[in-house]
Amino acid sequence: MSTVAEVRSAPPRRRSIARRKATDLVIKVFSWIGAWFGIAVMAFIVWEVVVRGAGALSIAFFTQPTPQDVTSTAGGFANAIVGTLVITGVAALIAIPAGFLGGIYLAEFGRNGRVATAVRMIANVVMGVPSIIVGVFAFAIIVKPVHHYSGFAGSVALAFIMLPVMARTTEDILNLVPNEIRESGLAMGAPRWKVTLGVVCKAARGGLITGATLAIVRVAGETAPLLFTALSSPYWMTGLFGPGGFFEGPVANLTKTIYDFSGSPYPHWQALAWGGALVIIIAVLGMNILVRLLFQRGKEW
Amino acid sequence: MSTVELDATQSPGAPRGAAQAAPRGHRLRIGDPIFQVLATACGLGLAVAMFGLAGVLVYNSWPAISGLGTSVFTTVAWSPVDHQYGALAALAGTFLSTLVAMVIAVPLALVIALLLVELVHPAVARVVGTAIEMLAAIPSIIFGMVGIFVIVPFIQDKLVPWLLTTPLANVPGIKPGPQNQGGGLSIFTAGVVLAFMVLPFITAVSRDVLKMVPQVTKEAGYGMGSTTWEVMHKISMRYANSGIVGAVFIGLGRALGETMAVAYLIGSVYTQLPRSLFDPGTSIASLIAQQFSEATDKIQVSALIELGLILFLITVVFQIMAQVWLRRVQRSTGGRA
Amino acid sequence: MVGTTVDEQTEMHSQATVVPPRLEVAEDRRGAVEDFDQLPSEISVRDLDFFYGKEQALFGNSIEIKKNRVTAVIGPSGCGKSTHIRAYNRIFNLYRDQKAKGEILFDGANILSSQIDLLDLRRRIGMIFQKPSPFPMTVFDNVAYGLRQHYRMSRSDLSNRVEDALKRSAIWDEVEHKLNEPGNALSGGQQQRLCIARAIAAEPDVLLMDEPCSAIDPVGTAKIEELILALKNKYTIVLVTHNMQQAARVSDYTAFFFQGRIVEFGPTTKIFSNPAEKQTEEYITGRFG
Repeated sequence: MSTVAEVRSAPPRRRSIARRKATDLVIKVFSWIGAWFGIAVMAFIVWEVVVRGAGALSIAFFTQPTPQDVTSTAGGFANAIVGTLVITGVAALIAIPAGFLGGIYLAEFGRNGRVATAVRMIANVVMGVPSIIVGVFAFAIIVKPVHHYSGFAGSVALAFIMLPVMARTTEDILNLVPNEIRESGLAMGAPRWKVTLGVVCKAARGGLITGATLAIVRVAGETAPLLFTALSSPYWMTGLFGPGGFFEGPVANLTKTIYDFSGSPYPHWQALAWGGALVIIIAVLGMNILVRLLFQRGKEW
Repeated sequence: MSTVELDATQSPGAPRGAAQAAPRGHRLRIGDPIFQVLATACGLGLAVAMFGLAGVLVYNSWPAISGLGTSVFTTVAWSPVDHQYGALAALAGTFLSTLVAMVIAVPLALVIALLLVELVHPAVARVVGTAIEMLAAIPSIIFGMVGIFVIVPFIQDKLVPWLLTTPLANVPGIKPGPQNQGGGLSIFTAGVVLAFMVLPFITAVSRDVLKMVPQVTKEAGYGMGSTTWEVMHKISMRYANSGIVGAVFIGLGRALGETMAVAYLIGSVYTQLPRSLFDPGTSIASLIAQQFSEATDKIQVSALIELGLILFLITVVFQIMAQVWLRRVQRSTGGRA
Repeated sequence: MVGTTVDEQTEMHSQATVVPPRLEVAEDRRGAVEDFDQLPSEISVRDLDFFYGKEQALFGNSIEIKKNRVTAVIGPSGCGKSTHIRAYNRIFNLYRDQKAKGEILFDGANILSSQIDLLDLRRRIGMIFQKPSPFPMTVFDNVAYGLRQHYRMSRSDLSNRVEDALKRSAIWDEVEHKLNEPGNALSGGQQQRLCIARAIAAEPDVLLMDEPCSAIDPVGTAKIEELILALKNKYTIVLVTHNMQQAARVSDYTAFFFQGRIVEFGPTTKIFSNPAEKQTEEYITGRFG
């Protein structure tokens, strides 16, 4: 047992504890700086948009359509706001039920089977497909065959983006519902669809509402998929059909209008664009924060 | 997304509701098959949609693929008036701006994830984490606007002039080339803004995988006399390394395909390869965004769709790699990322 | 070891391992015959209180941990035995709401004092956890972890010391050809001995073992118990266990914990044959716990 004594009596050179602690401290300081920097960037963006956009918000902004005359200082974004609501709303009507059912398939029927695993993987991949590609896709399947841009094509593009988000969110949330809840329903002899919709989804309704809201909010701020689908228009949407209608003509929308106006050389148009940006940021961040506050229970972090 | 609201009154309520449903269930035996078929159809529809998208892209870019051949990959300039459809400049811009973004975003995301997982109280971590996540909620177009009105002047008037006074100016790839517009609208600017757009994604995934490191392993590390940083980079990051790789791939995929902010900031030069990060250029996505709706020539539309197909394939590859790496960490820890 | 050649070393080790470290349990249980007060203390705990938030978990614990002896800590689950030894290396400091009050004297200083350097303290007081916790790296790197972290040494010195630690942990023969395989590829019992090797490679004075066998099969448990007996010649060992037979088999002194208090502390033979307290007797005869 002399080895041990020898090992202990001949200690090797120690590393400097002070230096190790200094490295540790430096990294910790960096991570604080990093986090504050991230938050500061976030706050800075919001601040810039508020400062530059607040002046543009007026009654006219919410009641008048986009100006066509560059010399006038009248006009607002009302047609674009309405257009965005309609386009996003139709997208939600398409994608939320389909995505919801797709999520039910993954969580309740497919589970860990091969097909469901593949579908889950594909959904994850589709979530990462650039939104402009989806715009190209919607252009190719809707705009190109009928030879005109339409709000509906924009809705289809947005719906395509929402679909996997909604499905995966639904699945994740349904997976959190304890199995006993399913079993207690099925044990009473209720059919599967009633248990799933009436019991499981009801138990998870908070999460499902949050998921759906966040999915809507996420596409509401998208621009790229609308560039060559809904395009833009200086006019009000005139209805469902006809040259100014939802299905047959370009529809004014906030993001594309902001893009066009912010790139214009006219200060008034630029001011309107900032106003539009402010409206979008308020809506998007507001909804995000609201649903998180309302349905935060049970969320781990 | 892991929000769920479980009502305390739910469990007693559930059997009651089911009991009421039972008698009708006997009459509606077809309910279950219909429901299952419907749900399965929607699930499979997702997969079909993805392949449909790929097929549509291939179909519509076929005129360009067959008509232009490999010239898309071998020529630099994109100039529809001259019937030149070379994508090299766009590809270079795409990869360089993504590179800049990742160089900034990955270390930043990792130190923030370290903070969220190891250093602060969970309640603080939640607030900070949510604030960082909110960056992902800000629409791309707003990043572009703030970038063009605030970041571009800063880089043009402050950063680039300062850089030119330092030895860095002589480093190839830093000094703006002759065609530069002062470095404001440049690949570098686009990359910086992209960094903050992908930061929340990389941070969130890294944080989630670092959280899956078992507490006992970390305790064992501290028990060996390790500092927080030593535990993090020698143990936790090794444990979660495949997940972190997955997080980086997710960020990469996002950065490569990001459109609007880049379209605002990258400078829209379609015909020259950038010689410096401070040169203007273009990216695949911003090229499509800026030329598609004005494209009149059939071959131009088709060529743009071919670019879309290339971008699609690139991002799909990165997303699949991300999923594979994330699944690896899931399997090794038994948890779900 | 600086001047030792590899050959000399392996020779010495083969001596150590050829003669199995199995020791006669009865003979080895020195607590029965020696004079407790004459023995040097490695750790002296005085009036240790412990709090999880506002909830007090330990009440006025006082105990002398003797040098080069095995001290077993027994008691029903939730009695605070793990909490008690987790104060010795201040691992509880990882959690914000956990607080300890009182004195834990080690090498002339109070462990609980803010002056204590935690990194050095934890090098000197190693810990083995309930669940085997190999780091996500090779067997070799696991054992080298503490050495690399705390010391600067040549590569050959490092591999000598890793080998030495693995031999002293009675696992060398099993992993000799697996040094480059991941640590978690070993069996549970091997993983736990790997963790012991990792701890002793850094040359600690004390080994804290928090129910080291609770996740290990009987064969693995027997090997670890043998190892504990062999290691106590060089290390002071504090062993938390819910297994009374294990405490009887390997420890010199035993402390019985109940509801955060040390009910009885004394030579293991006495605790198990002739306990002074009624609660101790009830526990060891299996009437509760």
